[in-house]
Amino acid sequence: MSSGVGVDLQDVWIRFGDFVAVREANVNIKGGEFFSFLGPSGCGKTTILRAVSGFLEPSEGNVLIGGNNMAGKGPNERPTALIFQNLALFPLMKIWENITFSMEVRGASAAERRKRADELLDMIALPGQGDKLPSELSGGQKQRVAIARALCAEPDVLLLDEPLSALDLKLRQHMRTELREIQQRVGITFIYITHDQGEALTMSDSVAVMKAGVIDQIADGKSIYDDPATAFVASFVGENNMFRGKIKSIDKDGMAIVDTNRTGALLARVSTDAASHLKVGDDAMMFIRPEALDIAPDTKSANTRIKADVRHSEFEGQSYNVFLEGSEGKEMKMALTNRGKARLYEPGVSLTLEYDPLQAVVVPAGELASE
Amino acid sequence: MMKEYFRKNGNVMGWGLMLLVGFWVIMLIILPQAYMFELSFHPHLPPPEMGGPNDYYTLENYKHLVFGAQGNEDGYNKVDLMVFIRTLIAAACVTVFDLILCYPIAYFLGQTKGGGFVRILVLLLIIPYWINEILRAFAFRIIFGESGVINEFLLLFSIIDDPIDFIRANIALYAGLGYAYILLMIFPMYNVIESLDRNQIEAARDMGAPWWMIHKRIVIPYAKPGISSGCTMVFMLSAGALAAPQILGGPSSLWFTQLVYQWFNQGGNWPQAASYAIVLLAACLIIVLTVMRLFKVNMGDIGK
Repeated sequence: MSSGVGVDLQDVWIRFGDFVAVREANVNIKGGEFFSFLGPSGCGKTTILRAVSGFLEPSEGNVLIGGNNMAGKGPNERPTALIFQNLALFPLMKIWENITFSMEVRGASAAERRKRADELLDMIALPGQGDKLPSELSGGQKQRVAIARALCAEPDVLLLDEPLSALDLKLRQHMRTELREIQQRVGITFIYITHDQGEALTMSDSVAVMKAGVIDQIADGKSIYDDPATAFVASFVGENNMFRGKIKSIDKDGMAIVDTNRTGALLARVSTDAASHLKVGDDAMMFIRPEALDIAPDTKSANTRIKADVRHSEFEGQSYNVFLEGSEGKEMKMALTNRGKARLYEPGVSLTLEYDPLQAVVVPAGELASE
Repeated sequence: MMKEYFRKNGNVMGWGLMLLVGFWVIMLIILPQAYMFELSFHPHLPPPEMGGPNDYYTLENYKHLVFGAQGNEDGYNKVDLMVFIRTLIAAACVTVFDLILCYPIAYFLGQTKGGGFVRILVLLLIIPYWINEILRAFAFRIIFGESGVINEFLLLFSIIDDPIDFIRANIALYAGLGYAYILLMIFPMYNVIESLDRNQIEAARDMGAPWWMIHKRIVIPYAKPGISSGCTMVFMLSAGALAAPQILGGPSSLWFTQLVYQWFNQGGNWPQAASYAIVLLAACLIIVLTVMRLFKVNMGDIGK
């Protein structure tokens, strides 16, 4: 199978009447990469996928696949295969006919198709199931058939539109691993659309986080989580405690002191993407992950410490989720590994929290992800 | 199942519904048809003699369709048989014509998003059917008449030199019959195609399928129940139509239903008429069932 065909979006705008679905998207997807678009529903990620697959043309800008401009080329003329959210298997065709439909289109003989179907069925671990109808398969099996059908066309780029969303949790987690394995085996570029950050972070080489038609950040999963570029990314991916304030100072290492509205001056690292344009005096937001908070050994004050009272806590087995209230009613959440200190998390207990300033991130003030 | 039915509807309502349905099926459908069936095996007698000593069971009426009146020298009742066969063939042609005409319309209606526009189109299709059948047939007579709209139009632009006799050529009849049952063809197909997942069409396009292949492999197999139910209705109804052939038929061509009508009405020979009607019904059923077998359609699909 071919590999290493990249996809580029250059200044892509997509409008529907007055509505801007995608605003100035610039994306460089390397060949053989597992690339995800992550964002809440309605953020334009499916629209981007349709522009890559050829079901719609961008209003402005170019889509390049393997360096070739795809303008004016329909979905059947592009080296892409799309897996639909609802899979769109053909219900009246047998599994082997479904899988080899792209060969039937090209006029391959039934014997050839049958042979290829058997190979692909072996690959997706469904040997001998070719004569069944889609309705006779389970959700996960249908999922794999959809993948096989898309791969049968030997595309350079596989596009997946939230294909796991219809599956139950266990199967979804299992299919993540499986998808990743298949991608590595066939070595072609996967572009994956999802609103599930777990899927995006576990499977992808790179993730683009989208909000209302705008791509906020493109980076690997770890950077998205640990070094978010915007307030939206910080609040959409994972859980976060947000502190609003103004920047008091920034040192040469990129460490800033933020004068927060309710919690006093706190030290944190300026996000890599924001380093060039955040200045002293700017409105900023500081984010600390629940798991980055810990209980300080003493009650001294510092700009990496926060005083708060326990409101209530949840026991999750391996960890406690402790919900706290700081000064002026500031709500916070702390996640602590279960080390048998349950009495510390009882309601009313006053705690001094501390954190590693390298694990706290400062970004420009901006829109947050709605819950 | 019965328990469930009574629990849901209550005893009074449950029995009431069953009685109504029973009355409808038995009194309005089965009994009259059974009476006709029985009648078709009797000789033509004046009413006082019916059931009397001169009454007996006979196949005479059926023989009449095939061999003609007793003492017929020809051997076969060529006139009636020709009418019978021509009616069936013409009804089949009308069905195929309607299918070809209505499939694209049903596909367009079923797959177009944006309900308002589609609803207006559907309304435009329905409204002409508020006009009664006879009026519509006469309207077609006017359109296709010798000095009708079509002839005038063709003459005006000198496409033809003399008016075409659409009535004599039966074109008016086929057009009228085709038009009369268009809705019965469109709606079953529209209903099915509307429920077809658009993603399947897009998936096929994505895999490079040209439009005709998408229809052949995806849309038509999916729409098969709708197509067969539409075709069945159009075929049955056009084979059994009376008004359109009476009004639009050419002077030399008879529709089989007109023969039935003549036996009932002018001839007053009810047993003979009943036998003709039953032959027509049986022939239609056999044809429909054979075609369904040929295209592998189940009876249950038609109800969909």
